[in-house]
Amino acid sequence: MEARKTKVSSESDYSSIVQSPSFQALLSEKKKFIIPVTIFFFCFYFALPILTSYSTVLNHKFIGSITWAWVFAFMQFVMTWGLCMLYSKKAAKFDELANQVIQEGGNS
Amino acid sequence: MNTSAFYMFLGIVFVTLIITYYASKKTKNASEFYTAGGGLTGWQNGLAIAGDYMSAASFLGIAGAVALTGFDGFFYSIGFLVAYLVVLYLVAEPLRNLGKYTFADMIASRFDAKKVRGFAAMNTVTISIFYMIAQLVGAGALIKLLLGLDYTTSVLIVGVLMTVYVIFGGMHATSWVQIIKAVLLMGGTFLISIIVFAKFNWSITDMFAQMKTATPLKESFLNPGVKYKIGLDTISLNMGLVLGTAGLPHILVRFFTVKDAKTARSSVVYATWVIGIFYVMTIFLGFGAAAFVGNSAIVTANPAGNMAAPLLAKAIGGNMLFAFISAVAFATILAVVAGLVLTAASAFAHDFYNEILHKGKATEKQQVSMARWAAIGVSVISIILALGAQSLNVAFLVSLAFAVAASANLPVIIYTIYWKRFNTTGAVWAMVVGLISAIGLVVIGPSVISPEAGKAIFVGNPIFPYTTPGILSIPLGFLAGYLGTLFSSQKADVKKYEEVLVKSNTGIGMANNR
Repeated sequence: MEARKTKVSSESDYSSIVQSPSFQALLSEKKKFIIPVTIFFFCFYFALPILTSYSTVLNHKFIGSITWAWVFAFMQFVMTWGLCMLYSKKAAKFDELANQVIQEGGNS
Repeated sequence: MNTSAFYMFLGIVFVTLIITYYASKKTKNASEFYTAGGGLTGWQNGLAIAGDYMSAASFLGIAGAVALTGFDGFFYSIGFLVAYLVVLYLVAEPLRNLGKYTFADMIASRFDAKKVRGFAAMNTVTISIFYMIAQLVGAGALIKLLLGLDYTTSVLIVGVLMTVYVIFGGMHATSWVQIIKAVLLMGGTFLISIIVFAKFNWSITDMFAQMKTATPLKESFLNPGVKYKIGLDTISLNMGLVLGTAGLPHILVRFFTVKDAKTARSSVVYATWVIGIFYVMTIFLGFGAAAFVGNSAIVTANPAGNMAAPLLAKAIGGNMLFAFISAVAFATILAVVAGLVLTAASAFAHDFYNEILHKGKATEKQQVSMARWAAIGVSVISIILALGAQSLNVAFLVSLAFAVAASANLPVIIYTIYWKRFNTTGAVWAMVVGLISAIGLVVIGPSVISPEAGKAIFVGNPIFPYTTPGILSIPLGFLAGYLGTLFSSQKADVKKYEEVLVKSNTGIGMANNR
């Protein structure tokens, strides 16, 4: 944290960081991961109310009296936990890239 | 009066006041007051987020909703949890990197205009007060039922306690009350779930099979569509739930209590596990209440089903468990209202008083004393409103707060972080249109105007057909931000955006609040 204290002060410095290859690499890595996953979880999430509202396919039995609606509902939990762990793992890599940007920014 | 419940309530009051006493010694300056000096660890903040989030609506409301409407009640659990993906993927880290004490700080890091900060602070205060009224109404009903005190006295007790925590203990006390509450709530819910599961012969399939005959709804209990029969109404509800959390000011401020974006991230991960496990257990609470308390007993105690969880505890564990679960519900409410008072007071003292009136130059002493007065003011206003709102449905007020947060706050947050062209006019438009459309659509909707006399405030045909405004007000908030930006003659400040981009992605130049 101490190392992160404002080494960058003037506006031109921020511009040069934005232009730098290491920062561009960080942005593109983040975009490649965050945008598709975000689209995916929104689709997965809204699929449940859309299916329950406009069809009865989820009312079919899965095992015993448990219907697919409950299975899909539980899958939402599994998806949330799974994507949470996936994000933590990916973010460790973003941290490395960000550290690189910070070091270059401090040296320039 | 239930004597064991009374003693357990006293126990909770006693423990939380001790925490407040120790916290008060640490609360010397503005940073300690607003954010506990940013010194919480990931797991501490994760539990505090869970404690801040799992409100009376979650514990009492969802248990009742599942018990009375089956699958439709479970929509709340799903939406409240998946919402954390929006927080984690899009909001938490940039927010921590850009802000210092409040959500308005983050918006102001890009647009240094008083009106932007002013509107952001106004949204924070409005949303927090709506949310607080719901909690106070719930608390009043609970204490009235358990201790036999009248509604006004009950609301005053909770109101005084929440004010004491915040003015003396600031964020330190608030966080620890929330952490302890989260542990109590998880423990209590787990205990009930285990007993309920045992009663269903430790078999999920048995449990579902029994539910088909246990309620007046018969088989349809297990199918969606009992409560939400209009497709777009269901989708509107779900939009508000999944997008609301990332705009709730009292959740957003929790990210300023940790030292950096990395810790903010790990606290969301801890919170998501805790909150997710809790919401899975709401199935046991709801099914258990439906099967072992019974529909008519639940409705008799409270038409909205809010007493389902305590009644279930009584049915399966006798008076002691009933007292314990009731005390847990009490702690749940206290922790949430303390967080809300602190959030609204911070917005007033930091954003209005220090940044706008004093141009950021008020002394530490002035700031802390202003924050304390603001806490008292916010509490008094909420208590007065809650006393007048006794007959309003608790879940309605909470879903309103979520929809307002999603419509008024989320668009401006997303645009500030991710859209290069966004400008001051767009920010103001997004916040104002989001706020007004969300509240306006509720006012002309079925929660306020109903054809059946006695169901809502006015009798008549609602102008807006859906119970929650999200489906229209959230897109309107985003659209207003977009159009406001395009219509303004202001040029995009690319330099400022580059600064925000670098800061939000790397934490360079992060507001150091130690």
